[in-house]
Parts: sequence; structure tokens; C-alpha cells
Amino acid sequence: MKRSVVCLTILLTGAVLLVSLLLSAHLHDQRHLAGWQDKRDLVSVLAITDLSLSSEARYTRHVTQADLFSAFQDFPASFEHFPTGSMIPPRPAGYSGRVLFESSQQVRP
Amino acid sequence: MILNVKLLEYSLSSLWRRKEKNIALIIVYALVIATLGSVLLLTHALKTEAVTTLTAAPEIVVQRTQGGRHELIPVTYAETIAGFPGVGKVTPRVWGYYYDSLIKANLTLVGVEGYHEQLELLEGRFPQAADECVIGAGVAEAFGPQIGDLLVLEDSSKRRSEFRVTGIFRAASNLLTNDLVVLQEAALRDFFAMPAELATDLTVQVYNPREVSTIAKKIAYFLPDSRPITREELLHTYDSLFNWRSGMMLAVFISALMAFLILAWDRATGISAEEKREIGILKALGWETSHVLGAKLREALLISLTAFIVGLLLAWLHVFVLGAPLLMPLLKGWSVLFPTFDLTRVVDLYQLAVLGCVTIIPYLACTLIPAWKAASSDPDDVMRG
Repeated sequence: MKRSVVCLTILLTGAVLLVSLLLSAHLHDQRHLAGWQDKRDLVSVLAITDLSLSSEARYTRHVTQADLFSAFQDFPASFEHFPTGSMIPPRPAGYSGRVLFESSQQVRP
Repeated sequence: MILNVKLLEYSLSSLWRRKEKNIALIIVYALVIATLGSVLLLTHALKTEAVTTLTAAPEIVVQRTQGGRHELIPVTYAETIAGFPGVGKVTPRVWGYYYDSLIKANLTLVGVEGYHEQLELLEGRFPQAADECVIGAGVAEAFGPQIGDLLVLEDSSKRRSEFRVTGIFRAASNLLTNDLVVLQEAALRDFFAMPAELATDLTVQVYNPREVSTIAKKIAYFLPDSRPITREELLHTYDSLFNWRSGMMLAVFISALMAFLILAWDRATGISAEEKREIGILKALGWETSHVLGAKLREALLISLTAFIVGLLLAWLHVFVLGAPLLMPLLKGWSVLFPTFDLTRVVDLYQLAVLGCVTIIPYLACTLIPAWKAASSDPDDVMRG
């Protein structure tokens, strides 16, 4: 058999396999809308705010709920302790504080 | 010209002459694409899971901060917040952590109040008495209990507390419930010795989604020591956390991309003497520069497409069939309770197109540029080296 036929057959088979996997994923997602709803019901009842991924530290277990002092959690400028802390950085939400310095020369109105 | 069968035969023969080198090249190229593809598939699946399920999370969670850290919140704050127009129910939540020093597992203890309808993802039933509990599949797997068994924990004063397991969350909800132990709120309050006038945080129901940010600002204004976290911020957090351009997987992505660039650089700078001689002979036989470039383009495309398809199939197998065992340690760290994933098979075609662009196009360029240099030189010079 010609090399070109073998080569094109292999490439085409791979491409068809890949496309069918992508299509099956799409169809599977469409068929299982109820599954998403079941998960949302669970989230609603338990008021879940985070994925139960890494449970080693509270700032990686509850990414959205943790405060900012992550590493060693007890003093500022401390070193990162948990491995996942370098993969899941702190995401400060809901903080509105500002740091402001004013010059001593500035005349207050 | 590219699809001409005879020319394709010629390109395949040319590749076959250096089969060891080209097979090794396809293997390395496919592994790089498999690594990049695994990162993209995993992060997209996790992101989809988070942003699809957490749309049912509370509209606002209000914490109290003191000294920059999370503190228990007075339940009276709930009355203040409930008085704002547009606010529905404000519910104090009681939850916290429990560390098992033997197997070094962290459990998340959550309190629920009142009666709840049966959930599809729960085998058994919700706790209906103070001495009952529901556990996540990860807890059940780590400690081995079954429905009807007793869960024994030591409370804050080291007293033995017993809870009958009335349900276990199904594995399909592992990403949400893996390390959970759900108790009745009063029982958990008693367990943590938390006073009735305090709670861990508050959840706020807002009737109109457009008013959520305004109400969050109001909460922060009227209760200055509070930290309101809106659902929008929560979804944005997960969206950016599992974004392939930033966050957790960037290190892996960059490493794989660097490996690919080294591979491409090697191709760009090192056209072999044999290849140069071949180009010289073709030119001497009357091939034009464009014909030589066409042949080289075909060779590069055959290698790239083979590696791309094989790489993506490997990535699919790695992430969706095997559960991404090579990437999971990055997320697991020292966690003892870590969910076994049944990831939803979702794929972002845009990301796959980007992956194709960042791997195939540079490789084609790196193959064509040295070939063009050789092809545009005098055939005699090229053949003599």
C-alpha cells in the first residue's frame, strides 16, 4: 500500500476520533443539564461558596472566604507554608480599605 | 500542490529516510502538546464546574474582620442588613474546621438549620436531630464509615461528641462536598462552643440582582468592620483562578511552552548537512524555491498535525479518563482529603485553536526559514556545504 494512503488514513482516523470526542462531550453536557441542577440545589441548600479542592489550608480550601494573611497565617511578611498556596494565590474580595499618607507640609483647609 | 499525491509520497519518503529523528521529534512534540492541552482541558473543566454550580451560591456573604482577619460576626448585624430595602432573608451561618491529627485530614463542619427536601446527590437523608450528621464521600473514603455508623469527634473542651451518619454525599458532588460534615446548626454551635449571639458569617438574599453591588456597598458603609463578598466576586475569583493565562497552571504552561520553543529553536538553527544537500540536488534538478518550500511545508505539516492530534488525544486521556494524575499533585499539596474527580467533559474550542496557533505556526516558521535560506542559495554552494 502506498505510504500516502497509510499516512492520510492514520491522520484522518485521529482527526475523526478527536472530533467525535469533542462532539460527545458537547452532547453529554446537553443531556446532563439535570446533573448541573442537582449540584446547584446542593450549593443552594448548604450555601456553598467554594470548591472542595485543596483542604490543606483555609485560604486554599475557601479561596473566596479567606483573609489576606495567608502564609503561616499569623504574621505579615511570613513565608508561604503550604504547597498549594503558590498555585492558588489569595484573591482579596470585599476589602475597601486604603493606605494614604499626607505630607506634613500640606496645609489643611 | 500541497495535496498532490505524488508530492505527498515524496515528502513521506523524505521523512522516512530520517525516521528515527522524525519519530523522536513527533514524540517530543506530542508530549509538549499533551502537557499544554492537559492544562487547558483541566483548568477549563474546573472553571466550568465552579462557575456553573456556584451560580446558586448566596448573593452576598458578610464576614466581620478585626485586625485584618476574619472574626465571628454578631447576629444583630443580620437585623441591620435585613432593614435595607431590597434585602430578603439574612441567615447566620455556622461553619468551621476540624483537624484529625491521626490521618492529618482537615474536615469542614457546616451547620444547617430546619428541614430540607431530599437532595438527588445525597444518599440517605439530612440530619434531623442534634446527634445526626451527613458526610462527604471523601470523609467516608478516608475513614471508612457507612450510613448508620457513629462519627465521634472531640469538641472544643475535649469532650466526646457522637453523631449518627444519616447520609453520604454521592461521588458526583465530590468537588463540592468531599470534606464536608454537615450537622444541625444548634449541634454545631454547641460543638464549637459558639455563643448564640455570634455566627461565622451571614448570607444575604437580594431580590434584584442589579442591586447586589449597591447593597454590598451599603453593608460596608453602615457596618464598617464587615467584609461583604458578592456572588459576582466569587465567580470572578474562580474564573481568574482557573484562567490558563494566570493563576495556578501558569508555571506548568510556561515550562511546556519553553520546552517547545527550545525544540523549535533547534529546528530553526540546525538544518542538517544532509537536508541542505537534498535541497541543493532538488534545485539542480530544476525545482524552484517555491517547490522546495512547498515540500518542506508538507513535511512540517505532516509532523505538526500528527503531533497535534496525538498530543490532544493524550491530553484527553490524561484529564478525562485518568483524572489528570500528573497535574493533581499541584492542587493537592499536603491535603489528605482530596476529591476524586469526575470532571465534566467540556472543551473550549477557542483555547484549542490558540493551542494550535502557538504550537503549529511557530514550528512551521522554524522549518521554513532555514529551508528558504538553503533553497535561495546557489545549488552548487549548498551541495558542497
